[in-house]
Amino acid sequence: MISRIYITQKTDDSRKKIYLKSLRDLELKGKVDSVSIIDSYTIDGHFSIEQISNIGKLFTNQVLEEFSINKIHVPKSTNYVIEVGFLPGVTDNVGNTAKETIIDYFSINKNKINIAVYSSRVFLIKGKLKASDIQKISLSLYNPLIERSFVYKGIVVYKNKALPLKLPQVILEKREPVIKIDLNVSDEELVKIGKEGIMDPTGVRRGPLALTLPYMKAIQKYFLNEGRNPTDIEIESLAQTWSEHCKHTIFADSLDEIKDGLYKTYIKGATNYIRKQKGLNDFCVSVFSDNSGAIEFDDEYLITHKVETHNSPSALDPFGGSITGIVGVNRDTIGFGLGAKPIANVYGFCVGDPKDKRTLYRSRDKKQKMLSTKRIINGVIKGINVGGNCSGIPTLSGFIKYEDRYRGKPLLFAGTVGLIPKKINKKPSDEKKAKVGDYVVMVGGRVGADGIHGATFSSVTMDSSSPATAVQIGDPITQKKLSDVIVKEARNMELYNSITDNGAGGLSCSVAEMAKECGGVIVDLNKIPLKYPGLTPWEIWISESQERMTLSVPKRKWEVFKKLFESRGVEVTVIGEFTDSGRCIVHHNQKKIMDISMNFLHDGLPKKELKTKEVVFSYKSPELPSGIQRTREFLDLLSQLNIGSFAFISEQYDHEVQGGSVLKPLSGRGIVNTDSQVFRPLLNSKKCVVLSSSLYPFYGDISTYHMSACAIDTAVRNAICAGGSLEHLAILDNFCWCSSNEETKLWQLKESVKACYDYAIGYGTPFISGKDSMFNDFRGYDQKGNQIKISIPPTLLISAIGVIKDYNKVVSPEFKKAGDIIYLLGETNNELGASEYFRMLSKRNKKEDEIGNNVPKVDWKKNKKIYSALEESIQEEIISSAISIASGGIAIALAKSSIGGMLGFRISLEDIKGEAEDIDSILFSESQGRILTSVPENNTRKFEKILKSYKIAFTKLGMVEKNSNIIILDKMGRKVIDTKVEKLYKTYHNFSNSQK
Amino acid sequence: MKKIKEKKQPKVLVLSGYGLNCEEETKFAFDSVGGKTDIIHLNDLIAIPKILFDYDILVFPGGFSYGDDIGSGKAYANKFRNHLKKELEEFLQRNTLIIGICNGFQVLTNLGILKGALSYNKKGKYIDRWVDLEINGKSPWLQGIKKISLPIAHGEGKYVISKKEYEKMRRSKEVAFVYKKGEICQFQNLEPNPNGALYDIAGVLGYNGRVLGMMPHPERAIFLHQSPLWQYKKRESKENKTKRKKKKDINGEGLQIIMNGINYFK
Repeated sequence: MISRIYITQKTDDSRKKIYLKSLRDLELKGKVDSVSIIDSYTIDGHFSIEQISNIGKLFTNQVLEEFSINKIHVPKSTNYVIEVGFLPGVTDNVGNTAKETIIDYFSINKNKINIAVYSSRVFLIKGKLKASDIQKISLSLYNPLIERSFVYKGIVVYKNKALPLKLPQVILEKREPVIKIDLNVSDEELVKIGKEGIMDPTGVRRGPLALTLPYMKAIQKYFLNEGRNPTDIEIESLAQTWSEHCKHTIFADSLDEIKDGLYKTYIKGATNYIRKQKGLNDFCVSVFSDNSGAIEFDDEYLITHKVETHNSPSALDPFGGSITGIVGVNRDTIGFGLGAKPIANVYGFCVGDPKDKRTLYRSRDKKQKMLSTKRIINGVIKGINVGGNCSGIPTLSGFIKYEDRYRGKPLLFAGTVGLIPKKINKKPSDEKKAKVGDYVVMVGGRVGADGIHGATFSSVTMDSSSPATAVQIGDPITQKKLSDVIVKEARNMELYNSITDNGAGGLSCSVAEMAKECGGVIVDLNKIPLKYPGLTPWEIWISESQERMTLSVPKRKWEVFKKLFESRGVEVTVIGEFTDSGRCIVHHNQKKIMDISMNFLHDGLPKKELKTKEVVFSYKSPELPSGIQRTREFLDLLSQLNIGSFAFISEQYDHEVQGGSVLKPLSGRGIVNTDSQVFRPLLNSKKCVVLSSSLYPFYGDISTYHMSACAIDTAVRNAICAGGSLEHLAILDNFCWCSSNEETKLWQLKESVKACYDYAIGYGTPFISGKDSMFNDFRGYDQKGNQIKISIPPTLLISAIGVIKDYNKVVSPEFKKAGDIIYLLGETNNELGASEYFRMLSKRNKKEDEIGNNVPKVDWKKNKKIYSALEESIQEEIISSAISIASGGIAIALAKSSIGGMLGFRISLEDIKGEAEDIDSILFSESQGRILTSVPENNTRKFEKILKSYKIAFTKLGMVEKNSNIIILDKMGRKVIDTKVEKLYKTYHNFSNSQK
Repeated sequence: MKKIKEKKQPKVLVLSGYGLNCEEETKFAFDSVGGKTDIIHLNDLIAIPKILFDYDILVFPGGFSYGDDIGSGKAYANKFRNHLKKELEEFLQRNTLIIGICNGFQVLTNLGILKGALSYNKKGKYIDRWVDLEINGKSPWLQGIKKISLPIAHGEGKYVISKKEYEKMRRSKEVAFVYKKGEICQFQNLEPNPNGALYDIAGVLGYNGRVLGMMPHPERAIFLHQSPLWQYKKRESKENKTKRKKKKDINGEGLQIIMNGINYFK
């Protein structure tokens, strides 16, 4: 029996106004007068009328809402009714909670549950609207990849008092469970299988395997030796394990003269070198080997960090991609060692320009429309919001970068910091090993068709064949339950020997990965709990359904394990056993359907020899403004999206949960975004963690070597400015590249990685974890049906994590008090190439390729001294503020400190050190290694003494002023900038405020 | 913060499970002023309801129980009422205290222990910032406090109540506190009432002030460094050259509420 419960708001519903505003922004022909929302629950199960009425009460807050059963009451004046619900099989969190509430209320035996609840939203729309308007409105309310929408005439619904019933049940046709693949075929056919997937008996290819011909040949050879043809699940499994996403082959394979590959030579190479140099002071504990990297926090604890990318799914379903990104990387923390507790989230978005109105399609027939930039931006922001906030993990650090080339494929960075005692019951917590005879246990969510081919999909260019099933929606609460029981209970009870995340590649990767620890595994697919019947074995094996982890549980602990997890509302299932057979074996319906040697599975992929080709770029410089006045340019620069405030994002993320916040994402009287954030993971310790990040994708247009050097320098400098120390600072890399099958792109990559080596070693900051995403290209069609390709600029994100000994010494970036003296540390050179200033001018002049050539170059030897001098000054507690000079140069750093304190200043550029001569370079050059600080007057002697002892270049610029005047004088004493702090405040916050 | 050694340590039960997430820092806060706090999963309490008799203070901490699905606090309240209705009534009959913070407040209103309800913020978005509060109600929790600044972090914090009920509550001093422009709002030029709560209500009382429900988080304001004003206050105190660090210099304002709860039993 199917019943519907409709919940209507009795009081003023804030959502109405918000929807109304967003619908009015759609540029419709008619006008929307009002929108209201009715929440609907469709219940499939046997209940009496009275029982349904009781359920209605459970779902209703009597102060705010009222409910009706089966009848929907809409006002007569309603013009249109739009119902939006999920597509069959898409995670419906609200429906799941509703179901759980019903089960609990009626005390239904969990083994006899035969009910389903589907949630949907009904929008009642009033207004004189054209048919095209309604279509636009409907499209803005749902995402066709995961949702469906039905539009009805208001008057019909008013009269019928009902909506048609359309249950989103998953009904899968009966299919051949396992098929054999004939590999005795031509090379062309092998290429086709590798590229487009296995041919189903229905004649449809299953989607990208991302296996190139040499890989297919290796598989062919292996099965020739085995004397049989492979099954589909074997091929699918190999494709997952060997994917670029999982094996990082571009970083692993030999490249030109670098025989050991980029990763081993330069990234791991740098870390090994630094650890040796540091000797007894080495703080690395577990690097590159586990789900996250770990460094020492204090004598008793480790902190872990990992930053992931989740780009491809975020392009298709920004909300789902983003929430899955953050909730997924949380599992890299929970899956570190025996399980670390997530204590901070970080995020980063590289997106198109919101003003960009281009329409793009994935297919030539204009059927698969790409979401608009605005939709993508709003979606990714909301995904981190829901994922982070619901998980009780503070979302502290983050950034957003806007640029046209991220229009086709946005970048979504998500990271998590964890905390774990060094020892658990006197055993090292970072060591784990599945033992022969342990149960293979899957915990958390059930398996559905979501996320099939996620790993292989993200290893190729996005186009019309990109699978819709590659999208998942995270369920942070299922994961929160899972996380709590693991990290806060089961871990310390020693209920398992090993644990890992079920991420890319699903069980096929996590089980096979863990099986390496003991040498083999056998799994029975019939035991795996499914969301709905009808999935074929290969789908179950590689599905990326979320919120699952794989654990190895000793048989004698299984009963206790099961009881504990079930009492916390977490489903657990034994799906197999770890062995030492040297084989990865999978059964289905009592038949062996997969039997591959562990060696071949993990190390059978042929090595490639990659070649690169040098590429040099040269650009003109933009025409500079005339005269000496730069107030207008200064304000224009401050209003650039990549420089202005993004408080509207920071304040919708809970950054204070867990109670440790010391330096928040927003700081000071004028609420500026901070470049680094600090928090206390343990409330009874003075020690704290500092986080920062940096990326300069636009520098890469000139040189990826210097782009990478600058990113490392800025991430390090940001951390130092807050009170961090070079003695205890580590970094992480995230490479997001494009067209990585092109030799010139690989050359740019090589340059970038070389810089990583040089500067990590220079600063003594080891890499502890990293990730790469190599094919961020979009291939599709424009409005006219012309084929286009949009590739991202090569992007390297560097994240830094460090330990500060005493939170009392942490320094924030804003000016604190009038009368404080402003100092500039470091040298300013003519380095405006690809700077925010040049990019602004080139756009203004409508000559967008005139970005100059003088990209900033980093002298780590000089900079290291500057950072040490600042570190000492912070330890002595003699400075008031410190801010890192980065995008926008001295002028923007001054503006941010000034806005933060809502205090003016008067400074002179007379004594600036370095080669910069002209006013544009002095104000806006982005030379690295520079810091702007303010110091109480009575500390200046002490401060200068420290600076001199390190023999660094510095300039006493001027003073923080009580009045709100912002005055900058050039070398001749002329006013080059003359404005008010209130004006700066307004300019800086303008865009962000418009987004609130 | 030194633990206050007393003969009798008040016992505090902080609930957890299903997405509540502030239980650890809430426990820390109560323990730091002399409480003896246990974090107990809702299912463990349901399994052995009588353990509630051992406690003096029951805390519904902040979080995102059931991800706010079907409405904030609703599903957790349903489950609690379904299994623990009688025990909760008995608990309230004793001379005990209850506090519900943020999501905990939403649970308390859905349980019907406190009047009114919490709806979507006026701008529809989750918001994390600090607010200033003026104390209006009479309650053991609010002893000696006239105004206080605390952080909020919620998406459904707009308090809704009928005019008639409100008048009654006001007269019986059951409006715990209201949003009112103070130190923080002046400092960062913020609007006092961030979520559009009717009558600016940020927290309410029931059972003669023994039950407090509040949207702001006192447990996130137990150290001075948690305040947006910390960097300035640090600078000021340095200039006043009071080298001796007093406890007052470290503690945050929110600790007073927690301490009041504990002191009620002393």
